[in-house]
Amino acid sequence: MPGCKTYAILFPAMLQDYLLLAVLLVVATIFPIGGLITAFIIRPHRPGKIKGDTYECGLETIGETWVQFRVQYYIYALVFLIFDIETIFLLPWAVAYNQLGLFSLIEMFIFLALLLGGLVYAWRKGALEWI
Amino acid sequence: MVPVANYLILSAVLFTIGVLGVLIRRNAIVIFMSIEIMLNAANLAFIALADAKGSLAGQVFVFFVLAVAAAEVAVGLAIIVAISRQQGTIDVDEINLLKW
Amino acid sequence: MPTTQELIAISPEIILALWALSVMFLDLLIAQSRKSILAYWSLLGLLLAGGAEFSLWGREEILFQGAFVQDNLSLFLDLVLLLATGLSLLMAKGYIKDLEMEHGEYYTLTLFATLGGMLMAGAGDLLIVFLGLEVLSLSLYVLSGFRRTEPMAQEASLKYFLLGAFASGFLLYGIALVFGSTGTTLLGGIAVAITEGGLLGDPLLLLGLGLLGVGLSFKVALVPFHMWTPDVYEGAPTPVAGYMSVVAKAAGFAAALRIFLSAFLQLAGDWTLLLSLLALLTMSGGNIIALAQSNMKRLLAYSSIAHAGYILLGVIALNSWGLSSVLFYLAAYGFMNLGAFAVIVALRDGEREYLALNDYAGLGSRHPLLALSMAIFMLSLAGVPPTAGFLAKFYIFGAAVQAGYGWLAILAVLNSVLAAFYYLRVIVIMYMREPAGQVAKMTHSPALALAIFLAVIGTVQLGLFPAAVVELAQASLFPFLGS
Repeated sequence: MPGCKTYAILFPAMLQDYLLLAVLLVVATIFPIGGLITAFIIRPHRPGKIKGDTYECGLETIGETWVQFRVQYYIYALVFLIFDIETIFLLPWAVAYNQLGLFSLIEMFIFLALLLGGLVYAWRKGALEWI
Repeated sequence: MVPVANYLILSAVLFTIGVLGVLIRRNAIVIFMSIEIMLNAANLAFIALADAKGSLAGQVFVFFVLAVAAAEVAVGLAIIVAISRQQGTIDVDEINLLKW
Repeated sequence: MPTTQELIAISPEIILALWALSVMFLDLLIAQSRKSILAYWSLLGLLLAGGAEFSLWGREEILFQGAFVQDNLSLFLDLVLLLATGLSLLMAKGYIKDLEMEHGEYYTLTLFATLGGMLMAGAGDLLIVFLGLEVLSLSLYVLSGFRRTEPMAQEASLKYFLLGAFASGFLLYGIALVFGSTGTTLLGGIAVAITEGGLLGDPLLLLGLGLLGVGLSFKVALVPFHMWTPDVYEGAPTPVAGYMSVVAKAAGFAAALRIFLSAFLQLAGDWTLLLSLLALLTMSGGNIIALAQSNMKRLLAYSSIAHAGYILLGVIALNSWGLSSVLFYLAAYGFMNLGAFAVIVALRDGEREYLALNDYAGLGSRHPLLALSMAIFMLSLAGVPPTAGFLAKFYIFGAAVQAGYGWLAILAVLNSVLAAFYYLRVIVIMYMREPAGQVAKMTHSPALALAIFLAVIGTVQLGLFPAAVVELAQASLFPFLGS
């Protein structure tokens, strides 16, 4: 393609990679905005009290939208955080899986069993209850 | 290719920011965040040096540091939340029952 | 893939880890009124792990490409750690029930903390040192705040946590710099890299070693990194304070021995001078501030700081006599210090603790046996013959003299004289002063009595018949200084 050649002269190899990213960014921005604009033009416009309400999983909303969450909520965050971080040990294992052999599979199951044990413990201690 | 010295300088700067944060700030959460900056400065140094030395040991170390830091967050936040509920403050200058 | 041999060699650690997990899950099944079963269950686990240690004695196993070492040094230190854990659990059983904090997590966390200490004692890689230290510290942060609605316990926990995490940051950065200089985190590999790469004066390496030293100094509470110790000991539950004073210190010195002996022996000229300065500051600082204390737990906190200073002398001496005396000192210190804490635990009326020095007035006539035990522990801590504390000090000061640190040994002896003043004051108060106002009561419990009895036996036994333990300690260091 002759076009590509001009780009190659203008941009060194590394920048060309960034150009692709930039194109992706532009497309990714235009696509949803375009959808919203199209919908705005063609949809009927009939506002009402129920339609203007805050959407909350289809339920009727109770009280203000700006509520403070109880401080106990941080327990969910902590439980999530621990399990989230543990997955970083899964990634290198999965990448090198083919070279590691059977024992690493057993090892990973031991690791996952320990994590599951932690989850069961948190559950039985009531850390997953909605307070 | 960025030379390894630049990474080390950045990590030293981050580490210093963390140390100063611990020494200067009085809010327990902010002190804790400063400590996390220190740990991450060490992580950055580990990764840069592992690359420079061509040794994977440094990168493996970072995985473990991340896991340990998460556990530290869990313990630390639990302690800080317990204090804030009971005493209504997390200013380390106001938490001073124990003195010699 | 680990071989069967490797798994056998690391079996004490595996047993303890599984046991801690089993306690955690048993706790979910056992009703609140029967939680004390968990104490016996945990003690059984400690016994099993100790038995595994004994059966491994004499084997020099290098496991997992050098990451872990199971030799006599780690086995000796592990036994000290397990013994101290057992004593502290005996103390804790009734205590945590009376103070309404009898949760299974107490035992789980104690066992995990001991596991962390054992990992540090056998570490062959800085990664294992770091992980062991964190397992130990994270458990201790929670344990020291175990009375979670008590403001003093919360404060102790917060202080310990913030300063401990701060110290971990230094330690970690030090490890990163050492890795940057030598290209490895294996302790043996570091020594090889220093020799082969001619890294003796490498600034990166020296800076890394310095930061590593600062991190460890925080953990074993050397002056000027000791500020947290008295506050944490005072706020933490008494059995936990006793546990920390022995296990955290023994584990910290274990890691220091491993790191300095295996990795940085060639740099000894650089760090011994610095350490002797730290030892001097630590001994003097701890003893002088201890003189002014009127709270028993704070007194023992400053005394534990001073003892860390004495122990450091053996590390500095760096000869086989000095290093085996470090091990002997840790064993003796474990008995006498936990014993003293056990007496504090005993002197309580249900929930009400008697911590002031004046509460001990008249103890000699009201509870003669308890007072006698406390007197033995105080004499031993002061270093009066024929107790364990005397021989421990004698060995360690002798080693310092032999290694050419006569001036340091003289200053250490002067320090012990100073220290004797506040230890003997406790005895004087117990026997010669009449109680004013409220009289301190004593709680009777078989487990606690057993703990005090064992501590007395250990203190006297090591003082009168030290040969067996000294031989074990010397055998532990053979591979390092056999030549």
